[in-house]
Amino acid sequence: MVRFENVAIRYGAGPEVLHDIDMRLAPGSFHFLTGPSGAGKTTLLRMIYLAERPTRGTVSLFEQDVAQLSRDALANLRRKIGIVFQDFRLVDHLSAFDNVALPLRVAGVDEVRVKAHVTELLEWVGLADHLEAKPATLSGGQKQRMAIARAVIAGPSLLLADEPTGNVDDAMADRLMRLFEEMNRLGTTLVLATHNEALVARRGHPRLHLDNGRLVVESPLARAVAAS
Amino acid sequence: MNRRLDIPFDRDGSGRFLPWLIALMVYLAALAASGALALDRALAIWDRGLTGTLTVELPPAPATGKGDGGLAAAVKLLTTTPGVLAAQPLAREEVGKLLEPWLGPTLPPEELTLPRLIDVRIDTGRGVDLDGLRGALVKAAPGAVLDDHRLWLDRLAGLIRSAQATALGIVALIGIAAVLTVIFTTRTGLAVHRDVIELLHLMGARDAYIATQFQYQALRLGAGGGVIGLGLALATLAALGHATDAASMFGERTLPLPSMGLALWDWAALPLLPAAAAVLAMVTARITVLGALSRMP
Repeated sequence: MVRFENVAIRYGAGPEVLHDIDMRLAPGSFHFLTGPSGAGKTTLLRMIYLAERPTRGTVSLFEQDVAQLSRDALANLRRKIGIVFQDFRLVDHLSAFDNVALPLRVAGVDEVRVKAHVTELLEWVGLADHLEAKPATLSGGQKQRMAIARAVIAGPSLLLADEPTGNVDDAMADRLMRLFEEMNRLGTTLVLATHNEALVARRGHPRLHLDNGRLVVESPLARAVAAS
Repeated sequence: MNRRLDIPFDRDGSGRFLPWLIALMVYLAALAASGALALDRALAIWDRGLTGTLTVELPPAPATGKGDGGLAAAVKLLTTTPGVLAAQPLAREEVGKLLEPWLGPTLPPEELTLPRLIDVRIDTGRGVDLDGLRGALVKAAPGAVLDDHRLWLDRLAGLIRSAQATALGIVALIGIAAVLTVIFTTRTGLAVHRDVIELLHLMGARDAYIATQFQYQALRLGAGGGVIGLGLALATLAALGHATDAASMFGERTLPLPSMGLALWDWAALPLLPAAAAVLAMVTARITVLGALSRMP
């Protein structure tokens, strides 16, 4: 599903932010991505969702070397990836409904299906009464749920989430984790970046740990790689 | 075309001035194009009026009792020349009227030493041997000059063509300025909305999907500005038309000013300018956006 071989990235003439990243995430796997602030978690996620190109090394997604793909083929790959951004990145002038509908509309899904799917999902995340609400009028937790709904609406094969439970209470965090795990059970590969050690420990999924720009493979991950 | 705009252009100040800039450009282009069309029409009118006519000019009439200075011989020669349909000498009063716009009505023609003129109509399909006719006229009426107006008309046509080329050059420069303006506005829009564009890009939006949003916005703003510019231009042209009519009236007389009006077809063609401006803005925006997106990973 995701394969990094000897990958490194630097910005401009600066030092490398990530060094010698080698990893392989099997289809249907669920990984936590952990590490201290500034370790490169967001940069690694950005490379997986194709917002950054590596300075060296090879990145493969869905068994395809992304450096060899055309722009249209890259767009098709991106449609298989759902992203929950740490800062949500909701579009301020669009309603909750239209924000969540964006991935479907970008993919050319007809409006009847868009309406049905978006309404159902917004009900599920507890935003049924806020279909027309603009992001600025919603609380941090509501925005986060909207961002998660947008990330999963198109049924992505790979879901990347950067601190997806950071702004919600424990009950909602558990509910969202159950959503992620249900998606994982249905075949979606997940990488979830978090600082929440309790959550990582409670859920027991393998961990990718970044430290100072290097990937530290801990025992759960070693087991996952061995199993794959 | 996708009319749903995911990008909040209405919050973008860069596009606020584009309609007015397009309006100004369409206004100037419409005036320049109208000038070129009016000159073309004027030339056609002059050409049509003078084609098929010749003027024979004879020296002023000699003193009483010394003959007619070859007038009758010249008329006889002209009427028997193959290709000549009619040869009509102009009365002294008619020659005086031709000069009236410049000399005024108070000067009696009989006090002026005027040449005598013969208005000749020829068969344009058959043609006339003008060189042969010139020689024969000089023999029949010494001092006679045959004027086929061609030299004057050719020089006038050259002048008008130069003016038209200048006007079309101005229209082309205005078009280039419009393209540069749209490029600048679009690039500003790309910078202002970078976050939303990157978001759409990461969701798998193809470059064409994002470019379509910009091109629709440019088309909308370009068309709006174009209509405003055309409206102002039509008002200006109408005012100029009234001013020309007023200037040609001198008391109860009409000065021989050339007609600078537009034909119906020309008026109908003017709305093409805002349409062209809108399409130009749309295509420019699309190409600019596609070029910028190609640099994204």
